[in-house]
Amino acid sequence: MDWQQHTALGLAALLRSRQLGCAELARLALDATRAANPALNACTALMETQAMAAAHAAQALLDAGDAPSPLTGVPFLIKDNICTQGVQTSCGSRMLAGFCPPYSATAYQRLLAAGLVPIAKTNMDEFAMGGSTETSFYGPAKNPWDKTRVPGGSSGGSAAGVAAGLAPLALGSDTGGSIRQPAAFCGVTGLKPGYGAVSRHGLIAYASSLDQIGPIARDARDCAALLALMAGRDPLDATSMDIGFPAPDANGAPTTDLKGLRIGLPKSYFGPGLQPQVAALVQKAAQALAAQGAMLVHIDLPLLDYAVPAYYIIACAEASSNLSCYDGIRYGYNPFAQDAAETQAAVIGSNGKPAPAPALAAHTLEEQYRQARSQGFGAEAKRRMLLGAFVLSAGYFDAYYKKAMQARSLIRHDFEKAFAACDLILGPTAPTPAYKLGAHSANPLEMYLGDIYTVSVNLAGLPAAALPCGFAQEEDTILPVGMQLIGPPKGEASILRAAVAYQQVTNHHLHRPPPMSEQACTSGTPHKNIQADVAPAASASPAAGKTAAPVPSTKEVQP
Amino acid sequence: MQITPERITYLEDLAKLRLTDAERSAAETDLAKILDYMATLETLDTEGVDGLSHSRAGGNVLRQDIAVPAGVGRDALLENAPRSKNGYFVAPKTVE
Repeated sequence: MDWQQHTALGLAALLRSRQLGCAELARLALDATRAANPALNACTALMETQAMAAAHAAQALLDAGDAPSPLTGVPFLIKDNICTQGVQTSCGSRMLAGFCPPYSATAYQRLLAAGLVPIAKTNMDEFAMGGSTETSFYGPAKNPWDKTRVPGGSSGGSAAGVAAGLAPLALGSDTGGSIRQPAAFCGVTGLKPGYGAVSRHGLIAYASSLDQIGPIARDARDCAALLALMAGRDPLDATSMDIGFPAPDANGAPTTDLKGLRIGLPKSYFGPGLQPQVAALVQKAAQALAAQGAMLVHIDLPLLDYAVPAYYIIACAEASSNLSCYDGIRYGYNPFAQDAAETQAAVIGSNGKPAPAPALAAHTLEEQYRQARSQGFGAEAKRRMLLGAFVLSAGYFDAYYKKAMQARSLIRHDFEKAFAACDLILGPTAPTPAYKLGAHSANPLEMYLGDIYTVSVNLAGLPAAALPCGFAQEEDTILPVGMQLIGPPKGEASILRAAVAYQQVTNHHLHRPPPMSEQACTSGTPHKNIQADVAPAASASPAAGKTAAPVPSTKEVQP
Repeated sequence: MQITPERITYLEDLAKLRLTDAERSAAETDLAKILDYMATLETLDTEGVDGLSHSRAGGNVLRQDIAVPAGVGRDALLENAPRSKNGYFVAPKTVE
């Protein structure tokens, strides 16, 4: 049996019917993760002890006829900024390398209580700051579809892990697109719940008014099942709330009928910055949804150009505050606490004998802060802390931070107006498919611009999902493309219902990347069974030359 | 936007960082570019708009002012301390 072909719900059913054992499945996931990591680098810590303990416990419950949840016994991956008691939670940073939290995140605890089996912590951009997993202290994770390309970020390890079949489920976090964009780049399904839907207790903070934990899986039904187990008010997170998310009906046949659903296509989302292949695939998805009964509606979200600057001002400001707790005293990297022998062993003098380690400056509190932080954080984290300090500083607060807060208010209002005319908004997740490792290293601003379709959703606190809508051709590689469905507040159920319906009549989410061993090291190999759904730009449709790709014909909604 | 070395020093002070020379000169360029881009917000008319510092619907959430044990003992909290002694975190001298 090819266990990696099954969805999480499928595996759970096999476990309940005893066609598969929990310990056996856990071992398969652990072995797959161990084998893939040298090439994929999706994981930062393997949780062998925890996995086998959880698997044995789950098996005992199943044997007693008592499955706590529809996902009991199913393996899952956890992004490394989510606290897992006693297990390294590094946030992809040297600052927290080796840090083992004394408590677990609520979301993680709820999944353990439901009988799920933790397999590994996943690689991520440092402190969730990035869109490619390239800022990780542990080095980048690779895209399973093409090892020379990024998996996206910051939840790159989680998305790559699910895409590569290491486990059918993963937890990610999303502050400006960090679940949705890697899901799109890796050809899997990811949901950012609306702000407050999932407790942030134990999620190591990047930007507290934007962060959310969410599910990544091979399809929307699995995402829904995982969300149902995690969502809901937590007294330990005052911003959390009940969203009335329905329990997943694992046995019911999902509907394919979307009659009555109004899907808005924002004009500004199909502008000149969007790669024509991506535009064409999202438009095809719109047509597929229309064929299932949905009504396509012209809408606009005219403040799109202000979303990225507003997001980065707010996120950097909050990050500079959140990251000020890292000083190497109570936890974290402390250069002054290095064992003298260790440090000396590393420094060999010109005579071949160990030399005295370079002396750190006198150990004042100021030096403690400066040295621990300067050595513990990477370049992007430092950049964002400096930017954050700037936009909050006297003389600039009004022009930057206060202005961004006002922009946030207007952006939220933009969405409220849009949702008067439609039930869900459909657009791209990212302007391009996955790019090559190192493509944006020299220019951080270019990286930030890739967030254009995702950040406004976090600013407005709305739920949104990314799911595969086809494949594009880049050079000689086939790469997944993901569409984005954005919902109103408490719209998680509506988004997932539409996504499930779409996945009933399409098969993009069923394709798997070629096994790692088949991939050439220097360039990607097209997966034999998939044709690109659209031609690359050179021989593209007539629309490619115009400034805006045409939005498919829609029925106008009379207000 | 011109980012002067003095401005970088000021920001380093606020963020408690000490950049290398290479990092400083990169910061001067990168920050200037990014801040110029962020300044595109200037063209947005925000006259009379109340800023939003969060996106959560509903008001503030309060609870009774009763201490609830966290369930995490002192030993567990000290385990990650790079330096600890007699149940305390060890920090550099702060008072002369």
